[in-house]
Amino acid sequence: MQDDVVLTMRGICKYFPGVKALENVDFTLRKGTIHALMGENGAGKSTLIKVLTGVYPMDGGEIRIDGVEDAIVIRSPQDAQSYGISTVYQEITLCPNLTVAENMFIGRSPKGRVDWKQMEKRSGELLQKLGIPARPRQQLGNCSLAVQQMVAIARAVDTDCKVLILDEPTSSLDDKEVEMLFTLMRQLKESGVGIIFVTHFLEQVYAVSDQITVLRNGQLVGEYEVRELPQVKLVEKMIGKDLEDLSSIKKKESDAGEEFYGAQGLSSSESRPFDFHIGKGEVNGFTGLLGSGRSESVRAIFGADPVTGGTVKVNGKKVKIAKPLDAMKQGIGYLPEDRKRDGIIADLSVRENIILALQVIKGIRHPISRAKAEEFADEYIKALAIKTASSDTPVGSLSGGNQQKVILARWLLTHPQYLILDEPTRGIDVGTKTEIQKLVLQLAEEGKSITFISSEIEEMLRTCSRLIVMRDRNIVGELKGEELTQERVMRTIAGGGE
Amino acid sequence: MKKAKASKFFAKNSQLLIPLIAILLLVIFNLLRDPSFFSIGISANNRGDPVLQGNLVSILNGASELVILSMGMTLVTAAAGGQDISVGALAAIAGSVFVKVLKGGEVTGPMVLVAFLACCAVAMVFGAFNGSLVSFFRIQPMIATLILFTCGRSIAYWINGGATPTLESPIINAIGSFIPGIPIPTPILIVIVMGILFGLAFRFTTLSLYVQTVGINQGAARLNGVNTVGIKLLSFVILGVCCAVAGMIGVSRLGLINHETLLINIEMDAILAVAIGGNNLGGGKFKLLGSVLGAYAIQMLTITLYAMKVPSTDVKAYKAVVIIILVAMGSPVVKNNMSRFWKKFKRNHPAGEKEVA
Repeated sequence: MQDDVVLTMRGICKYFPGVKALENVDFTLRKGTIHALMGENGAGKSTLIKVLTGVYPMDGGEIRIDGVEDAIVIRSPQDAQSYGISTVYQEITLCPNLTVAENMFIGRSPKGRVDWKQMEKRSGELLQKLGIPARPRQQLGNCSLAVQQMVAIARAVDTDCKVLILDEPTSSLDDKEVEMLFTLMRQLKESGVGIIFVTHFLEQVYAVSDQITVLRNGQLVGEYEVRELPQVKLVEKMIGKDLEDLSSIKKKESDAGEEFYGAQGLSSSESRPFDFHIGKGEVNGFTGLLGSGRSESVRAIFGADPVTGGTVKVNGKKVKIAKPLDAMKQGIGYLPEDRKRDGIIADLSVRENIILALQVIKGIRHPISRAKAEEFADEYIKALAIKTASSDTPVGSLSGGNQQKVILARWLLTHPQYLILDEPTRGIDVGTKTEIQKLVLQLAEEGKSITFISSEIEEMLRTCSRLIVMRDRNIVGELKGEELTQERVMRTIAGGGE
Repeated sequence: MKKAKASKFFAKNSQLLIPLIAILLLVIFNLLRDPSFFSIGISANNRGDPVLQGNLVSILNGASELVILSMGMTLVTAAAGGQDISVGALAAIAGSVFVKVLKGGEVTGPMVLVAFLACCAVAMVFGAFNGSLVSFFRIQPMIATLILFTCGRSIAYWINGGATPTLESPIINAIGSFIPGIPIPTPILIVIVMGILFGLAFRFTTLSLYVQTVGINQGAARLNGVNTVGIKLLSFVILGVCCAVAGMIGVSRLGLINHETLLINIEMDAILAVAIGGNNLGGGKFKLLGSVLGAYAIQMLTITLYAMKVPSTDVKAYKAVVIIILVAMGSPVVKNNMSRFWKKFKRNHPAGEKEVA
């Protein structure tokens, strides 16, 4: 091990049923540096962190840490702690009703005996040393979120800490608080701690980090010095550029038929006003980084969040879409981004999950008969090759990809005119991905309209004839025809005119 | 063949196992204790009509209100993920309304119907009140219904001006005990009617699917167009109707309304019936039959204790012991261990199956 290196991870592999969460990932952390770990959702950031902190056992690879001769095995978070690896999570995991000092030392005093005086003295020293504006006897809940976050960090580094992991520490902080946190991070860096910084805020990475490691789809893209990697390049690395096969079965924009859906100034409680339209047989997409507002916009179209304004036309007729049922009655279907939370009814059977949307459209007094339901379920289980023991199996026991297919079946069964698919291929194996893409294009062929959202630009380019680009909750561009290139899309996403 | 069918039935309805075992154990216990416990006889009542009598009849009869309430409670539990603790109080209100309407004049068939409809309407309004607190204002069901639990019996008191008026009429008698010529107690028949009504509702509407969908994943239910607020509200209104029916039965049994004692503490038994029936008190999937069996098991336990001459003050303590056992049996820890044990047993005794076949 080199002198300046505090942690190396080599060839780390982690598999979940049907998913390669991490494949041969290397990661090197140097003393006294801040190392950003970047990647879109599902890239493997949190899995890597969980392997490092002993939450998940790894399926292959080795971890070495400064000061230990052999490769180490981390079986639990306590193990990680004993090797000097501390973690501060996104949600503050301290007790708000205890004092700052108690929070810093609780559970660490030997044999359950607490020397209150000693504890207060030491925490006072530590707070002062790190420049944290809090008093030991103050109740933690009364401190600002940033200070709570800093207390969590102080707790983490007080033990003999070599590696500090900060997992999305800034997501609930405002700019000033972020700056306070950065000051603390720099100070820790000076004292020789290696910091792993996980975030999805690009500016923050550039403000504070020394190196960046980018992951994509569970694989290492590379390790870079921050000053050698401009923002556009970083986005490119995160989203991926390897478009192997741009099979152009997709339609040209000019082929789109008359308008099916059009909205002007549509806004919801979660999204800013925007204009949008889609033609019959058109496949278009919303793109942008996580948090850019792409999901919120399509949710507004479906009436998933309370609609606050705008006019909507379907088939040229003005209609009101205030709630999901209104949209469904207009022939609009919506496959949500988070299928576990918003999609599946886990305890109900595959059959009940498949017929749900059609049943709701039919209404409470017109139940679909058991025989008919079985017929529908079997038809779609076959058509989409859903892997399930029977149509009676609870959908919660299926794998992620099959759950996704069940929800897709649910909407296909309603024979929608317009289908909104938010991340339909996330966490799904490559084969199913291609199937879903083909299905999308096939539906468009039949004259259906489709809005497609994906974190993977290549997938969007492959299927969409028009891309709406969002940044910071606003539409910043619309690309079609010749403009639909990887370069162009990324430049529009990253902004800054580079 | 038959065995395969039976085992398939139990695989699908495994949650019915606990109440069935409970009933079975109570039956065995009683048969050992006193073989004549379940003897059923026909005797003439004080009006000279032949009627069924015996412990089994009084169990089925006595459980009627509880069974009806636990059916409604099951729906509320499944949809709202919480329980209504005001059912006893609401039944008292409904019973008071029933008596109030009939006290106004002669007790005739049409008047009884009017009185029943009136008490249903009132109970539905109160149910809707509870339901809107839970669904619209998103208050925890137990807290929301605590309001009516607290004030319900006072409202019942006001309705009849603080009196406990009596009703004397053959019609009321027919509702509370026997219809002349029919030897089965009327409350049992009412339970059957209610059961059929629930069955029809599940068969000809999507109530069951919606209630479970809302209870399992409210957010997803909304995104699929289910009116989540409406479904929760509806479940409370249906429970209101159940309270009205139970209140009417209770009043008719005694021929008077005592707002303080009518169906007192029944809410806890109704919740218990839902739990013993293997339904998740946190909402979601439900089986009405489970709650019904649970209710009968509770009533059987009570009658058994009385038959054993346990002083009424001690009954609750004994009941608690049995309930501890039942609830522990239904707990996930015990269930998992049991199924592991069962699998092991099956693997070690493959011959056992052949013998049975």
